[in-house]
Formats: sequence, C-alpha cells, structure tokens
Amino acid sequence: MKTEYNNMELMICVAARELIDGSSCGVGTGGPCAAAMLAQKLYAPDLLILFEAGGIGPLLPEMPISVGDSRTTHKAIKAGSMYDIMDACCRGMVDFTFLGGAQIDMYGNINSTMIGDDHAKPRVRFPGSGGANDFASLCWKTMVITPQDNRRFVEKLDFLTTPGYLNGGSSRDMSGLPRGTGPYRIITNMAVMGFDETSKRMKVISLNPGYTREDVQQNCGFELLWEDRLKDTKPPTEEELRILRDEIDPYRYVIGRG
Amino acid sequence: MKILEKGLGEIFTDPDPDKAREFFQKKSRRMEKKLLPLRDAVDSFVADGDYLVIGGFGTNRVPVAACHEILRQKKKNLGFAGHTSTHDMQILSAGEVYDRIDIAYIVGLEARGLSGCSRRYIQSEKVKLCEDTNYGVALRIKAAAMGLSFIPMRTSLGTDTFKYGCGVITECPFTGTPYVLKPAIVPDIVFIHVHEADVYGNARFHGISIADIDAASAAKKLVITAERIVKNEVLRNEPTTVQIPYYLVDAVCEVPGGAYPGTMPGEYFSDEAHLKEWLTVENDPDEFKSFLKKNIYDCGCHQDYIDIHGGAEKLRELRQLELLLGDEK
Repeated sequence: MKTEYNNMELMICVAARELIDGSSCGVGTGGPCAAAMLAQKLYAPDLLILFEAGGIGPLLPEMPISVGDSRTTHKAIKAGSMYDIMDACCRGMVDFTFLGGAQIDMYGNINSTMIGDDHAKPRVRFPGSGGANDFASLCWKTMVITPQDNRRFVEKLDFLTTPGYLNGGSSRDMSGLPRGTGPYRIITNMAVMGFDETSKRMKVISLNPGYTREDVQQNCGFELLWEDRLKDTKPPTEEELRILRDEIDPYRYVIGRG
Repeated sequence: MKILEKGLGEIFTDPDPDKAREFFQKKSRRMEKKLLPLRDAVDSFVADGDYLVIGGFGTNRVPVAACHEILRQKKKNLGFAGHTSTHDMQILSAGEVYDRIDIAYIVGLEARGLSGCSRRYIQSEKVKLCEDTNYGVALRIKAAAMGLSFIPMRTSLGTDTFKYGCGVITECPFTGTPYVLKPAIVPDIVFIHVHEADVYGNARFHGISIADIDAASAAKKLVITAERIVKNEVLRNEPTTVQIPYYLVDAVCEVPGGAYPGTMPGEYFSDEAHLKEWLTVENDPDEFKSFLKKNIYDCGCHQDYIDIHGGAEKLRELRQLELLLGDEK
C-alpha cells in the first residue's frame, strides 16, 4: 500500500536522515525543529540540539512555538544565554544548522530581509537575519528546508541576508568567513541538492518520489547542476510518519502547513 | 587600522567609552529602596529620544507591562534594539514610539506569522533601519557591558546584512583574519522582567538569559519588573542565584503577570488565542484602534489588562499549560 504524506512531512523526514548521531545542531522553530526531534528519536539519540536564545540539549516534549520558549529548556542540559550558543558556533563546535528563507540563489545565499530594490523603502519587509546569518556564518554545515518554485529559487536575491557560498568558487573563504563552512544540503519538496566542490553551484543529488528532472529545473529560476549518478530519495517510512504525526507535531503546527 | 569595507548603516548610540564612564561614575552605588509603581518608573526614567533595549526573547520573559506603559505615556522618538522583538515590537509599533531601529529580527512573531502593524510601520519610511543579526546585537550590548566601544565578530561577512549595518571590516593585527567590528550599543533605558527581586533591585530569573545580564550592565538606566518582591535576605542566602545586582538598577516594579500575554518560564505559558487576536485585528485599522483603546490606553495598569482576558483564572489556565500538567490532571 502506498503511504500518503504531504510536502512538509517529506522534507522533515528527509532532513532528519542527514543528522549524524553524536553531532550538534543549531535549530529554529518549525520544520527544522521537527527534523531535529525526529532525528533524535530515530537516528541520532545523542544529537545535541541547540536553540539560539540559550536552550542547550533539551528533551523536547512537543514543538516549541518560539526558539526561546520553555519547551526549549525542557529537561535540558542547561538554560544558557545567546552567547553560550553563538560563541560555541564561533569556536567551531556546532556541526549543523537548519534554516528557511524567502529566496535562495544558486550559491545557497538566502534572503529573509525584504522584497524590493531600495533598503530604506522595502516593498515587502520580512524579519531579517535573526540568528540565521550567525548560524550560517559559523556552523560547519548549513541545511535549508524550503518548498521549491521560481519565486523562491531565484537568479538574483533582492537582499543577501545570510551567506551561502557568496559568488561561488573561493569567494566565501576569501570573505573571511570561517574556513570549511557553508551550505551542505537544500531539501525541497521536489529534490535534495548539494553543491559542486569547485564552482560551489547548487547540484541536484536526488529526486523526490513523483518528480522528474524537468519538474525540478522548471521550478528553479537558475540553471541547476546534476549529479552524474542521480539518486531517488527514499519516501518517508511508516515509522517516521507515525513518530512525526503522533509524538512530535500532534497539533499539526508544522506538518499542517505541508 | 586599515578599514577594508564600511557598512552604510547609522550608529544610533554614542559608543565613546569615556563618555559612558563619566555617566557610570555618577550612577548611585547606594543600596536604597527603589520600589516604584511602573507608571512612575516609566515617567521618571524613559525620556523621549532614549535608546531602548527590551529584555527577554520573542514572547518569552518580555516586559510587556512596560511596553504598554510606554504607549500610555506617549513616549516619542525612541531608538530600539529589534533583538528578536516580536510582540514587544508589535506594541511599540502600534504606538509609533520609536523612529530608529537596529534590526536583528523584527516584524514576525516566529511560528505564529507576521505582524501587519509592525510591517506597516517599518514600511512607512518613518523609521531609520540598520541591519544586524541576533549575535551581532548581543555582542554590541556585551561591548558596552565591558566598557568597550566596539567588538569583533566573524558573522555577516560578505552579505547585505553587513552592507546595510553599521560595522566595518578590518584585519586582525595578529593573524590577518578579517573581522567585522561593531560599535557598542549603550542603551539609555533597559527593561527586564524577572521572577524575583528585592526592593533594592537585586534580581533573579529562571530559564534562558539571552543577552539580559549584559544588557543590565550596559544600561544607563535599568528598570526591573518582577513577578514577586522578596526579602533581601532571601537573595543574600543564595547569592549564586542573583543575576542582576542592585547597583545596576534604578527602579523595581512589582508586576505580577508582567510578561502576559507572553510566556514566563515556570509561571505561565503564552496566551496564544489573544496573540492570534492581535495578529488578526491589526489588519483592520478601525477595529485595531478600539482594540488598542480597550487593551492598552483605557487600562490603568497591567492588572486591568489581564482582568479583561480572564484575570487570575486565565493565569491559572496558562500555568497548567506552562507546567505541561495536561496529562496528570
């Protein structure tokens, strides 16, 4: 029997599989948090979850609404400060981070600040960096969970809020951002992307169930690179979906948006 | 020092460390009683044009009562640190009390969605915008807490967040590593909501501290709002637990429920229905006007506001949510 799931459930399940046991991960609310919780329950029991406002190593009882609410310190190792978290990122102790955003380009740069061409007069204003620029600057591997379409995957960002590989090639290292850091996986409803080692351009490494190469390219505003041995993304398992639906997000705060 | 690149953003507080020292030299070290009604504290310590920092994070341990009082007293032309400012920004935007903002996270209420009121005000061109990041703003506050005029950091390099912020890029004199240097934020006025304080201003809170302990040190004027006032000896018996010492504090206000409708760790969870009401009603200008009149301008104090929404019974309900009592009742 075919298991039914929506886009958000798929992205969360795929993202959770990327997290490694014994590693550390800076997360925000929503999809990223659900993915980290799912990973902790299934694949990475010793995953150290960090929230930017100061929550360190909680055993999350349910989805937090805010990255600073009490759930982020439920049975935690420590209720710390923003400095505790971000200083650890800057020292090189945080392996992964998960982000979202309004626009993303071929080098994995993200816009979460504004739409328009004049900073002083934004056509549409968004929240700005929050901790995203800090996490993406300092954590080793940045992952992004986002639905894919031409409005989100663009040739040119209206505003570069959060660094990916900047202009590609060695430009990120040259900027002074910590060496060896950068975008690692972009997980969409249609595919999973990595980045070409030299050009640092976005490269499709696996197709999600039901999508073709044409679908993925047509819903992207720039030219994608393709892995020679393109893989098929494994669909969510019964177990992943059960835990996600019953234990992690029973009120469907996040998966209800799928 | 060779400046490699300079941001276009404006610096909203004077980072000069000796000017700050002159101010702090005169700040009282006497352990005096500082208990005041919140109305009097806002009247005495918030001046038009001041730069304001609000403690807490998102809707958590945020001094909402103080934000309401700032609106009631129609303060104007404040500077504001938008440091994951969510419901506090929504309130301050409704009163249009600030005209310049350092932006780490604004306009949104995290997973709840975006505030139409905050967005309209930011898009109105009435506010000067300076981009930053959460860590960036926290570090700038730390610089002031340390008595320094700037601080180096390794984030925001290569981005428009840097370009439209107020930092400069230079190289480390020891390693040649590029750094963003950011000017200190020396806040004129800081409000922090805590669980317990004594009448002298010694204070402690539970849960995450975000940047609050540094913000308390950096503040020229600091007002503590507290769920409870406790005897001085309670705190003296447990000095390890005191996070904010009295000599940083200018006024202490007893405001039970002072973070409502946000969360106070271990005390009450956020009133999600009421926060949703805010997000909905603010899209209708007329309705929003009467909503603000009812919930802020016509309230004498924060207790009046809580009473409109169910008073002690509501707080009891929110306490059960906060304590995850659902399964054990």
